[in-house]
Amino acid sequence: MRVLMLGWEFPPHISGGLGTACYGLTQGLAHHGVEVNFVIPRAVGDEDTEFVDLVGCNQVPVRMTTVGGGPMELPVALPWMQRRAETVAADAGAGAADGEQASAAAPGAAGGELRRAGFVDPVVVDSLLRPYLTEESYARAVDALGGHAGPAPGGLMESLLGFLNGERDLPSLRSVLGAAAPAEVPDGAEDHPAAAAPPAASPDQPGPPVYLHFTGQYGSDLLEEVARYALVVAEIARHGGFDLIHAHDWMTNLAGAAAARVSGRPLVTHVHATEFDRSGENYNPRVKALEQLGLDHADRVVCVSHYTAGVLRKRYRVDPAKLRVVHNAVTHEEQEHEFHWKKNIPEPIVLFLGRVTFQKGPDYFIDAAARVIKLMPEVKFVMSGSGDMLPAMIERAARQGIARSIHFTGFLRGKDVERMYAMADLYVMPSVSEPFGISPLEAMALDVPVIVSNQSGVSEILSNALKFDFWDVEDLANKILALLKRRALREQLIDEGRDEVRRMRWEARAELVRAIYRELVA
Amino acid sequence: MTSIVFYFQVHQPFRLRRYTFFDIGVSQDYFDDAENERLMRRVADKCYRPMNELMLRLVEKHGGAFRCAFSLSGTALDQFELWAPDVLDQYKRLADTGCVEFLGETSHHSLAFLGDADEFAAQVNSHARRIEKLFGRRPTTFRNTELVSDNHVARAAEELGFSGILAEGADHLLGWRSPHHVYRPEGCERLKVLLRSYRLSDDIAFRFSNRQWKEWPLPAERFASWVHEVEGEDSAIGLFMDYETFGEHQWADTGIFAFMEHLPEKVLRKPGFRFETPAELFERTDPVGRLDIPYPVSWADMERDLTAWLGNHMQRSAMEALYQVGAQVRQAAGRQPELLARWRRLTTSDHLYYMCTKWFSDGDVHKYFSPYGTPHDAFIAFMNVLDDLARRAGQAATAAADAPSSKERAQ
Repeated sequence: MRVLMLGWEFPPHISGGLGTACYGLTQGLAHHGVEVNFVIPRAVGDEDTEFVDLVGCNQVPVRMTTVGGGPMELPVALPWMQRRAETVAADAGAGAADGEQASAAAPGAAGGELRRAGFVDPVVVDSLLRPYLTEESYARAVDALGGHAGPAPGGLMESLLGFLNGERDLPSLRSVLGAAAPAEVPDGAEDHPAAAAPPAASPDQPGPPVYLHFTGQYGSDLLEEVARYALVVAEIARHGGFDLIHAHDWMTNLAGAAAARVSGRPLVTHVHATEFDRSGENYNPRVKALEQLGLDHADRVVCVSHYTAGVLRKRYRVDPAKLRVVHNAVTHEEQEHEFHWKKNIPEPIVLFLGRVTFQKGPDYFIDAAARVIKLMPEVKFVMSGSGDMLPAMIERAARQGIARSIHFTGFLRGKDVERMYAMADLYVMPSVSEPFGISPLEAMALDVPVIVSNQSGVSEILSNALKFDFWDVEDLANKILALLKRRALREQLIDEGRDEVRRMRWEARAELVRAIYRELVA
Repeated sequence: MTSIVFYFQVHQPFRLRRYTFFDIGVSQDYFDDAENERLMRRVADKCYRPMNELMLRLVEKHGGAFRCAFSLSGTALDQFELWAPDVLDQYKRLADTGCVEFLGETSHHSLAFLGDADEFAAQVNSHARRIEKLFGRRPTTFRNTELVSDNHVARAAEELGFSGILAEGADHLLGWRSPHHVYRPEGCERLKVLLRSYRLSDDIAFRFSNRQWKEWPLPAERFASWVHEVEGEDSAIGLFMDYETFGEHQWADTGIFAFMEHLPEKVLRKPGFRFETPAELFERTDPVGRLDIPYPVSWADMERDLTAWLGNHMQRSAMEALYQVGAQVRQAAGRQPELLARWRRLTTSDHLYYMCTKWFSDGDVHKYFSPYGTPHDAFIAFMNVLDDLARRAGQAATAAADAPSSKERAQ
């Protein structure tokens, strides 16, 4: 089974939960023999895109291919076409002369015998899209490019929607984009890639070339960029080579729907967060409309919690018959953190770590802190992260007279995150609306006991955590105090929590996803 | 002659409310009275009243040939007095028939035997006095909370004057031996033990309403035929179960009341079978041999051990803290007897049971139910209450220490 996965990010540069979840799921699927064409957006010129032959994904050698959106014309070989050529070669037992190359490309294809292991073939599409963008932050990103990327011609979104309605065809879309007509792929090449790429072809030599020829300008605003990305993905999808499409979160919804339309393959839309989780009642109607589109076009909707399934039923009227819940899990890397940081102060530390935004409930953390400090003045509270509510939080702490007991670290990355966890005596996630929320599992893997709100998806699968309703500040304060005062409770949560997190494997979740695929692909 | 010995456990705990850290030193409002009352009234309606009426009818109908035993925990008695005094009257009528025995236990359904031997004796004696006052006879048969017993419990019961004890007929204790005889616990001189016939007991208590069970639906006649297979000189079948089995754990529409209504006549139909109370059995029969119970065995779960109450860090630490505070509370009891009464309600084993996490490994968060939502919440409330209690006991002790010193100054 081959999946065209429209995901986000790739190690070593993963910026948050969405990238981690896509990567973890992809690894898990590969473990179960699913072959994944992993398409991600990334701006060319980022240092991340420089590496090729990246090794990861269960030690499967991976070659990264970039589909340019730049001004240059790029002949590109989609890696899964090469892979198929190699598979044919290996199956044919092309052994002796080319065996080395074949097995380098497809480990497990030893002695001409092909093990049915999955693959992950990443393709990078040059785009400014990245997780958690908003219209504002996208505008800032475009500004930062200066004169290098003028806006692409407008109207792309409308054209794409017209395409999905059947009012337009793909060639006419290209003209909207201002792209030159692509050098045509010989007819039928996508159906017989092996014919185009002889069995003896070296992996270094592109198989059937795919010419994507764009003017190279990023979208004038976020939604135009989303549409531009969708168009590139549609071009990729046109060449087939997969059984179904799996698209993650709203920015890939249009791409997923477009890919389904060009290829005629079923679409799985995976919801990691909805616009209501991100923005509450002040949601962006344009974003919500795109989410709705992705859900309406989907043959199956996968979401990360029963909590989110409820939101999808109520707010988006998703048919329960096509709705499936697959909770997130923890990657091996997250489970095997090791650190040697030591706490540098004796006082107990209570940690909030995440974006300081409405959705994460930082104000409830501050209010609970004020109550705890009244009874245990020695406790230190740390708020790590940045976000639009940060200034208000600093003022809130000052107003409550606890400024000396609350520390704001700003945004932390990499080792500093681990270090912060290591220093913490307990971790609090007071989210107002959290579709899943992986960070408590990371904390637990690092032997930090956690308190999570009941309004989080992760609370559905966690036994060894304290839980509260986000608005119940009194209860949160009570539980913080209980954890700081009762050693047996800490030990209980740490000991059993560590084992619980170890049991949450992506391999098991991927099995559920594969079962969903099988509902769609016989 | 084979005796069928029914013993029904009647118990309700005083559940705690979600007493928070901020309540410590402020509020003495520990118990969730509204919830406790609601549950007692519900169980009284669904189980205690109809089942007691049935028991009275059966005793009358069989002219004394149907007999059984009850163990009423002190906390259940408290709740009857508060919210269902007519149920207590039913038990008095049952006692008046002379066909019903009331057993001795700890007054608060506690695990005091494992925590504090003196407290254990105090609770057993106070319960015995209360039973004697209510029903006119001092108990002679003992059963420990959750049927927890070992050689030491048996020995302690003997020293407290009991002539018999009830225990779990666990396979690993008996080996090849039959649970259907009276034994003498290792280390005892006079005390006799009757074991729970767990297969037959659980047929009624758990499997009766299980539609997946191959014997479902179980008519009284078939169950009686299983009982009739246990023949032999001085055989006895201990059918021990929670009384709430009838009407609460298994609702009336499962047919559980009708089953009980017809069971005695089916059992008595075969000559050589009769109902007896534990005291009557122990009076009449000599033990067939000694039984060694080297470690505590309970009637709980598959493990038949203590892990449901003392299996994790929280439970062990709560148990330890409970009995540490008990010492302080008893010192202060002269000045503040109310503290001791409250503390004793905390010794009820249910509080520890609510902290049990052993079902977590099944990966099913929702399988577990307790008044607190989660075992951790149960622990938090319990420890906060204990903290407040210890504080008040400490204050009483300080006041007591101050008093004589001021007297000294006066001299």
